[in-house]
Amino acid sequence: MTPKATILTADEVRRALTRIAHEIVERNRGAENLALIGIHTRGIPLADRLAAKLSELEGVDVPTGRLDITLYRDDLTEIARQPIIRETQVPFDLARRRVILVDDVLYTGRTVRAALDALIDLGRPEGIQLAVLVDRGHRELPIRADYVGKNLPTARTEVVKVRLTETDGVDLVELHDVETLR
Amino acid sequence: MTASTLSRPRHLLDFQGWSRERLTALLDNADTMGQVLDRPVKKVPALQGLTVCTAFFENSTRTRVSFELAARRMSADVVSFAAGASSLSKGESLRDTVEVLTAYKVDAYVVRHHAAGAAHLVARYSGKPVINAGDGRRAHPTQALLDAYTVRQEFGTLEGLTVAIIGDVRHSRVARSNAELLPRLGARVVLCGPATLLPPDLARLPGVTLTTDPREAVRGAHAVMALRLQQERMDAGYLASLQEYADTYQVNERLMAEAESGAIALHPGPMNRDLEISSDTADGPRSRIVRQVENGQAVRMSVLYHLLVGRE
Repeated sequence: MTPKATILTADEVRRALTRIAHEIVERNRGAENLALIGIHTRGIPLADRLAAKLSELEGVDVPTGRLDITLYRDDLTEIARQPIIRETQVPFDLARRRVILVDDVLYTGRTVRAALDALIDLGRPEGIQLAVLVDRGHRELPIRADYVGKNLPTARTEVVKVRLTETDGVDLVELHDVETLR
Repeated sequence: MTASTLSRPRHLLDFQGWSRERLTALLDNADTMGQVLDRPVKKVPALQGLTVCTAFFENSTRTRVSFELAARRMSADVVSFAAGASSLSKGESLRDTVEVLTAYKVDAYVVRHHAAGAAHLVARYSGKPVINAGDGRRAHPTQALLDAYTVRQEFGTLEGLTVAIIGDVRHSRVARSNAELLPRLGARVVLCGPATLLPPDLARLPGVTLTTDPREAVRGAHAVMALRLQQERMDAGYLASLQEYADTYQVNERLMAEAESGAIALHPGPMNRDLEISSDTADGPRSRIVRQVENGQAVRMSVLYHLLVGRE
């Protein structure tokens, strides 16, 4: 399973998240009334890290939540295997908050669409923004990210693998050919 | 192992073909379904576009409502079919009725019938996933699943627990399904009732023991389930008198005192209060009877998810 290329090293992941945190503060004129919600699986540690950086920058504790979008997928009757449903945990009121959805890779946009539906069923936030570590293109829906760690033009035959310390023991983003992963 | 790697059963008629891993995944997913029910919007789009038919050939309120709400919470369309108001009363066969419903593009059936095996027939004629919501004395798998879920919710596991089931075991599909399910999930089951209402063949099930002594049954039990005395199914000769039955087999505070200190009381409903269970136990702090009803919806959502989500 040799990667075609290393896209982000651990240091580059850290710098990308630091830059995103600064952009969040800039765009929202601080970190008051923000909330970060990570999409299962790797969006969750990324949201936690961004919250820690916002706390360092602004001295504000930004609440975090976790969102599972399984029940909102638009291909549930088509998928070959049954997905496990994981926990959704948003332990704060969404009203009057600007929510930043966080995910590792933005690809077709279908996961984000499902996350928007899931989030709106939980409450009515003042606004929703999207932060991703990697945007690899190939959108199938009119969705764009507000904060991007790395724009990466890819082919559909390629796979972006994000590994994070919390879930995989290492921070690393790699590009693989789908054939080599089979 | 995850549910995504397990072979997917096509029906829930009983627990044949349902592995321990699949059953555990089903109970795990019921946790998430329960969270959906606590939200302002108690609905998810997982079964959007699918139609579930609740075909009840036998009276039921709570099971039918629970299934219909579960299907609607998952965004399925629901068509409800009551035998009394159907062409069955004009002589149409079950097979023809099911074929008509299937022609209307029903995607799944929930079937309750007074005859054991009716759900199997619907499965054969319809070719669609079927959930058995109670057939004769044979099986009521979703009730057993919600019972197991309620006990697991209380103790965090079923492994090593003892569940005593007391009363009219002979006529109880709930008791049979629980006796089939709970040992698969690691619990021991003690079935108890008067000898006339305690079929000895059930002792052959693994992890199941029988006794006619209720105090012996509840000793060491973590959950005590009272069964409804199904007088409508009794011809004659099973009991000397109802009072005598209540004096000996009623689940009450005196009997619960013999169980484990944290033991909970269950009842699949509907209850004959102060016959098989005393009011003070049914309404007391050990009772999880209302919780069983609440959990029924989440468990049935999870069953629908496991049967209908994903390509066959």
